[in-house]
Amino acid sequence: MDAQALSQTLTDALFILPEAMLALFGLAILLTDFFLAPNQKSWNSLTALLGVAFSAGSLYEVAHQTHAGFNNSVVIDPFFVFFGALFLASTGLVILLSVRYMEIEGEQHGEYYALMLLATIGMMFLACGNDLIVLFIGLETMALAFYVLSGFLRRDRRSNEAAMKYVLMGAFSSGILAYGFSILYGLAGSTNLDDIATALARPEANKLLTFVALATVAAGVFFKIAAVPFHQWAPDVYEGAPTTITAYVSVASKTASFALLLRLFLTVFWPVRVDWVMLMAVVAVLSMTIGAFAAITQQNVKRLLAYSSITQVGYILLGFVASVNRDGSVNKLGLEAMAFYLLVYAFFNTGAFAIVIILRRKGVIGDDIDDLNGLIQRNPGAAVLMLIFLLSLAGIPPTAGFVAKLLVFWALIQTQHYVLAILAVAYILPAVYYYFRLVAAMWVRESVDPVRPVISLGQKFALAAMVIVTLAAGIFPEQFMRLATYSLFIPFGR
Amino acid sequence: MHFLFEGNHILSTILFTPLVGSILLLFIPRERADLHRWIGNIFGFLGLIVSLPLIWRFNIHADAPRFQFIQDLNWIPSIGARYTLGIDGLSFLMVMLTTVLGAISILSSWSAIQKREKEYYILFLLLQTGMLGVFMSLDFVLFYVFWEVMLVPMYFLIGVWGSERRLYAAIKFFLYTLAGSVLMLLAILAIYSSAHTLSIKDILESPHPVFALSLQRWLFWGFFFAFAIKVPMFPFHTWLPDAHTEAPTAGSVILAGVLLKMGTYGFLRFSVPMFPDATNQYRAIMIGLSIVAIIYGALVCMMQKDMKKLIAYSSVSHLGFCTLGIFALTPLGLSGSIIQQINHGISTGALFLIVGVLYERRHTRLISEFGGLSTPMPNFAAVYMIVTLSSLGMPLLNGFVGEFTILRGAFEVRWQWAVWGVIGVVLGAAYLLWLYQRVMFGNVTNPANEHLPDLNLREYATLIPLVVLAFWIGIYPKPLFRVLDVPVQRVVQVVNPGYYATAQGSAAAVAPPPVPAETPAPTAARAEVK
Repeated sequence: MDAQALSQTLTDALFILPEAMLALFGLAILLTDFFLAPNQKSWNSLTALLGVAFSAGSLYEVAHQTHAGFNNSVVIDPFFVFFGALFLASTGLVILLSVRYMEIEGEQHGEYYALMLLATIGMMFLACGNDLIVLFIGLETMALAFYVLSGFLRRDRRSNEAAMKYVLMGAFSSGILAYGFSILYGLAGSTNLDDIATALARPEANKLLTFVALATVAAGVFFKIAAVPFHQWAPDVYEGAPTTITAYVSVASKTASFALLLRLFLTVFWPVRVDWVMLMAVVAVLSMTIGAFAAITQQNVKRLLAYSSITQVGYILLGFVASVNRDGSVNKLGLEAMAFYLLVYAFFNTGAFAIVIILRRKGVIGDDIDDLNGLIQRNPGAAVLMLIFLLSLAGIPPTAGFVAKLLVFWALIQTQHYVLAILAVAYILPAVYYYFRLVAAMWVRESVDPVRPVISLGQKFALAAMVIVTLAAGIFPEQFMRLATYSLFIPFGR
Repeated sequence: MHFLFEGNHILSTILFTPLVGSILLLFIPRERADLHRWIGNIFGFLGLIVSLPLIWRFNIHADAPRFQFIQDLNWIPSIGARYTLGIDGLSFLMVMLTTVLGAISILSSWSAIQKREKEYYILFLLLQTGMLGVFMSLDFVLFYVFWEVMLVPMYFLIGVWGSERRLYAAIKFFLYTLAGSVLMLLAILAIYSSAHTLSIKDILESPHPVFALSLQRWLFWGFFFAFAIKVPMFPFHTWLPDAHTEAPTAGSVILAGVLLKMGTYGFLRFSVPMFPDATNQYRAIMIGLSIVAIIYGALVCMMQKDMKKLIAYSSVSHLGFCTLGIFALTPLGLSGSIIQQINHGISTGALFLIVGVLYERRHTRLISEFGGLSTPMPNFAAVYMIVTLSSLGMPLLNGFVGEFTILRGAFEVRWQWAVWGVIGVVLGAAYLLWLYQRVMFGNVTNPANEHLPDLNLREYATLIPLVVLAFWIGIYPKPLFRVLDVPVQRVVQVVNPGYYATAQGSAAAVAPPPVPAETPAPTAARAEVK
């Protein structure tokens, strides 16, 4: 290797510093874990938080310039910075929520936090990868970490079952995705997204093969974001996994997969947008429908939130549908709506799971609707917070969820998808119905359980952050909308 | 202090006074129930006090700007939504109604609410802010936010402090109202994509029609469901008896007194002036639904066993008058309708308070449980009589002024409409008086009623202001007509421009004795405009 190439590699390496930091701290946890006594394991969470903080710091450092490194296979652009920051934020929140929870579960191990950091690395590469290989490795890094994390409660059958289902389904979907990637490589002769985009935009590109690639890649990603009809794994995994990991899967893994979806569909598949808009619309409507009607009858809060998050995916996908005007030009509002939705969703959805997490105590899992009964008497703060998060999930003002939905509807109207808009608003009604089953349990029903849930300091921090974002983005959304606008600056520059 | 009452801050002051109260209550330990009562009442009353300066500062002259006390701030520049507040004659009256009834209902809850007082007063004050916001907003997004925000506290008021079937009633209320609102949200977005503004003021003040007829039709129906469910118009009224019956007394008062007015307010503020062509086109349907509501509501009242349910259905009938007046599209119809909305807030609010008085003493609302109450409770009987007469439209009391003006307004267009209305008035007298007779007259049949205590001081304090208002509007309604004169005329000029050209002379000719007291003022004001 000559000197110039070496210095080039070193410069490039600086640009993956955020990921490198996570890797370093993740490995450090695995090392220091040996020296901690069993009752000191919670210190690992501090290392993990430090890792997140250092990663965020280096992300801030690289954020100021646009850069493509490693032979144009990794790019630093506002899109990556936005999503990277979002992944780090949700990882930080989940770590804060985890400490006391894993203590109660009796599974306080260093690997848990290390795996979370490793999963975050995968997510970061999903957002910055500009090459099929990088993207695939990022996806698998994330997924493998999640398979282990969801089975982390080794002594719990449900957790084991969840992990098993997740591995099988995940492997299957990765296979389909890899198949789609291989077709793309065949079509373009390159794994670089820019090259593939150029190849597919040529008029002589094979339409049928392009469509097959589109369909398989889309199916692979739909598995990851749990969109109907690829959603069956979600309720079981959500129910069985440790609740902290449920929150993590439903927010971070989903956001990362959406980043992958956006990156691929706005570059590689942009020439065939007419095809995928139809596809997205169908999947979105199916997701909203199945999610809404399945959630109504659930008796388990985690399952209910699993189905509700399928509905949320439908709304986010509608934003994607509305990002293409009738004449094929881009409608920025649709993409902004999507980015805004993903941004605030990370906070209020984690928030709803956080309340389930604090209800966990020795002997009580806390995920049955009846476990919420009379929460307003037992811990008024938690009941109020849960109300705010649920209102946000349902899309009632003055919460972030309302603004997010408003933007989606707005984009739909702009692109003249009136029927979709009417369906989208109609599904707010069942949503309010099933979220208010939880609200009624917390606020109206009397509790038979006199124990007051205890909230640890870390959990208080996390809850405060989540509720502040949920309300601030609902009442003064302007700054958050600017972030969303900023994030989309680059995919269209190219 | 002065800063808060400047012309462009006073509305915000009124709007956020209850909110400040509810935030303050958050920090008070829940064990101190009486402190919560006191602070809740102080802020309820304070909300009324800070709204009083509007009375003498509101400019009713035709040369005044359409909206007054405007406050206009940037809110979400990316989508063009602004924090714009402002009131005209219509919203001025609605704001006053809200603050008056708000203070009274909070006072009426003192002994009725005996559990979870902290949440109760917090939610009630939040509700108050939400309702005021609806009437003050001049930006569509802001309006919508308040419109929906208000549902949540109401859900809890019914769901937590209601009677047996409260959860069912609460979620039914929430879902019904929400169903209409989400369609309205789409209509609002459609307005934006066509008019490129979210300012209610700009659209209303636009000199030429803003929307093409084909779009107006869609928008009309988009808004219609939101307002018709709220009013509630037949056949969207089925949530109302449940919600009213299950809600605690104060909740029913606010529900009937203010929440239902949001629907009629919506028609007057949006549907009629913004979509005038569509309004004219669908007028027959609207009138038909109103007449059905008047008659059907009254007939259903006749066979109710539960006092609260009876009054709830009477609201359907009375609000039918209000929508009839609106869609008559004549100045008398419109101003009569608005005055009748105020009247309904006063009379029906008082009726619910009266049922609340009985419920607190006996914990039942069944008519058959009562009888002969005028013997143990003579003062109560007198107040109840006045309220009944006011509700059924006895001259010298407020109901008469509203109903009569509406009927005249309808008569100018089609005499048949007025005939149906008159039948409704007769039926109204029948069910209200029959109710009074069964509850108050005769011998005390149920031994439990023999020693019921008469009204106490606090109950007087809630009922007397309403009785005074009823007499005032019944005897001297001119100030109300003068406030409404300009806004009503602006609406009619848009939706029924032919009226001023032709109908004025004939209207004056049929004018029966009591009305000329009012009519000179409108004509004088009209002359000023020209």
